[in-house]
Amino acid sequence: MLMINSPAELEACRKDILSKRDPKKPCITLCSGSACHATGSEKVARAIELEVKNHGLDVEVDIRRTGCHGFCEKGPIVVIYPEGICYLKVQPEDVCEIISHTFKEKKIVERLLYCDPNTGEKATFEHDIPFYKNQERLVLGLNRKIDPKSFEDYMAVGGYQALSKALFEMTPEEVIGEVKGANLRGRGGAGFPSGLKWEMARNAPGDVKYVIVNCDEGDPGAYMDRSLMEGNPFAVLEGLMIGAYAIGAREGYVYVRQEYPLAVSNLAEAMKQATRHGLLGKNILGSGFDFTVKVHCGAGAFICGEETSLLMSLEGKAGEPNPRPPFPATKGLWGKPTNINNVETWANIPLVINKGAAAFSALGTEVSKGTKIFSLVGKVNNTGLVEVPMGIPLRDIIYKIGGGVPGGKKFKAVQTGGPSGGCIPEALLDIKVDFEELTKAGAMMGSGGMIVMDEDTCMVDISRYFLEFLSDESCGKCTPCREGIRRMLRILTDMTTGKGKEGDLELLEELAETTKGASLCALGKGSPNPVLSTMHYFREEYEAHIVHKRCPSLSCKELINYVIDPEKCKACGSCFRQCPAEAIHGGKKMIHEVIQEKCTKCGTCLEACPARFGAVKKISGEPVPAPLSEAQRTMA
Amino acid sequence: MDIGRIDQVIDKHDGEASSLIQILLEIQSENHWLPKEALDRVSERLQVPMSRIQHITTFYKAFSQVPKGRHEIHVCVGTACHVRGAQRVLEALEDATGLKPGETDVELKFSLETVNCLGCCALGPVMVVDGEYHGNVAPAKSAEVLKNYE
Repeated sequence: MLMINSPAELEACRKDILSKRDPKKPCITLCSGSACHATGSEKVARAIELEVKNHGLDVEVDIRRTGCHGFCEKGPIVVIYPEGICYLKVQPEDVCEIISHTFKEKKIVERLLYCDPNTGEKATFEHDIPFYKNQERLVLGLNRKIDPKSFEDYMAVGGYQALSKALFEMTPEEVIGEVKGANLRGRGGAGFPSGLKWEMARNAPGDVKYVIVNCDEGDPGAYMDRSLMEGNPFAVLEGLMIGAYAIGAREGYVYVRQEYPLAVSNLAEAMKQATRHGLLGKNILGSGFDFTVKVHCGAGAFICGEETSLLMSLEGKAGEPNPRPPFPATKGLWGKPTNINNVETWANIPLVINKGAAAFSALGTEVSKGTKIFSLVGKVNNTGLVEVPMGIPLRDIIYKIGGGVPGGKKFKAVQTGGPSGGCIPEALLDIKVDFEELTKAGAMMGSGGMIVMDEDTCMVDISRYFLEFLSDESCGKCTPCREGIRRMLRILTDMTTGKGKEGDLELLEELAETTKGASLCALGKGSPNPVLSTMHYFREEYEAHIVHKRCPSLSCKELINYVIDPEKCKACGSCFRQCPAEAIHGGKKMIHEVIQEKCTKCGTCLEACPARFGAVKKISGEPVPAPLSEAQRTMA
Repeated sequence: MDIGRIDQVIDKHDGEASSLIQILLEIQSENHWLPKEALDRVSERLQVPMSRIQHITTFYKAFSQVPKGRHEIHVCVGTACHVRGAQRVLEALEDATGLKPGETDVELKFSLETVNCLGCCALGPVMVVDGEYHGNVAPAKSAEVLKNYE
């Protein structure tokens, strides 16, 4: 079974693969996405292989290294099928027990199960864990069932059915009609209706057209595209081919960040296997449709996620944007009609074709259909990738799925939409998450980054942070973006270092308006959003910085001091020993003191002070207490 | 990196000028920096003026025109790491190495870099030394990590 030359052969091949698989056969799956890799999943994988062999189970048990499961907080994750027993934070030394207990004695290793931090209740199965239970994982869900490098695995879960259906049962116009009918909107940020975009490219005159996967996922704190590309590259390719057929393109490109090496290598392997089976190349499935793909690695420029910059970069030039129109749909790569969609959008296409427009659009809100993957990160208990139907309340994502804010801290805001997005305060947590509602709240959907912030996060610092990022990434081609961002950054930096002046807020608003209105591309146009939204919801924090030189979140380094409460200090010496700046005045049975002149405000003393004493604290906007005399410092 | 190897990389891309970025990326990844001789060769073989090569090597962050240290330290300053205190980790590392982001010490021991997001937000704040991830690092611990490198 090598080349597959017709839909009948495709189904025969699938039948053959499925006939060799027993759904009841035990299978150990291990998450091998980037985040689990970083926590040592490769070592765990090798330990599992060895242990299974040692127990003579290698014939009875399958082992599968899958893509990202999404629950990154608890990686490396091991799931044992067919039961779906889910073990979290598995280390190589746990493997012996897993194999002997679970397989030999049919017992559960209790300590590796999910434990609810609030109720202490344990969950044995994947589908009982609240993080998973409240999701609708239509796109991301396949990640955990397949080895991203296995064509057979993808076939076993229904792969290439949509392509076959599109090529043999539908005209290109019907495919476009289906995507339009599904009301699928681009998942990369702007939310433009994909069907409409495809139609423009199809109707554009010209024989040579291109389709492109945008995997230049640059928003800090967002990694759903990487996980899809790493975990299910075949689905992205299948979506891309369906799009190429619909538009009339025979060549495609995948533009992927070079910071994502695993995505690049898994994609390359998927392309190799698809080519070997005739699912890339000439006359695919005997339909007469030819299609080839090339991979282009980005070289590290945030702006290249913007489509006109991406095209420049693909042509081997510096990624600077161009004015639109002309839109890429009429004049794109090498001047030819080009359709660019984001990874998640492409991965949704097989779903749309398989289920049909009506079924696809049954989920979601009036204007936003289907599901969306968010990366839920920051000050939240369950960091990870979350796929939910459009229209779910924001509160459910953060509390039901995310498990709320850790350490008993108070929730402050959630930032969505990356550096061009905005911060949403607690009062608006009940809004329904879709393209329009988020924009109305002053934020945006963006690519789906969701960064939770607690009481310790300073909102002025956060806007400064995003502007610093954007000022660094602005390509400099147009003046409003280049200079506007820099000026706003300067003002915010002044505020966070105690140099804020009256009138700064008004000036910021004016600059924001100009930058928004006059910049060439979305990077500049969106840059004031983080500032405007935080100024709107957290104006009092800005005022505290300017007027009282006080950081209410005790976060801006220049505005805080570390002090030791003489009533609470027990002279244990922890802070004295750990301070890297030798800025603690210590001594046996002497109340410790921070020497302010030497203090670098690194915060080590605060972390060093035992929680039961809690003597070190931060203060802001108030004078540092005068140093104690030797007599006062001496403890009774 | 010798000229022969650079020619191999260029040949792999059929000497196409449109593959300039891909060729430079491969040289950067193998050699860890782009020496002038390498750029001269690329310019000559692809028939691309040096001014455009300079534009590209300075525009994209992946390229370096100065040698890198034996050990590359990357500190993630993505938003999730930022709210979890990445700035303090970076400052601790700056203190420990005497370097600012983008710099390499004279002995070519360490290069310090920041990255905008590694997508390992669950581990934040994260630092990576020579490809090895260190998650949830406190400032004091981050400087400790460096002691393991010669």
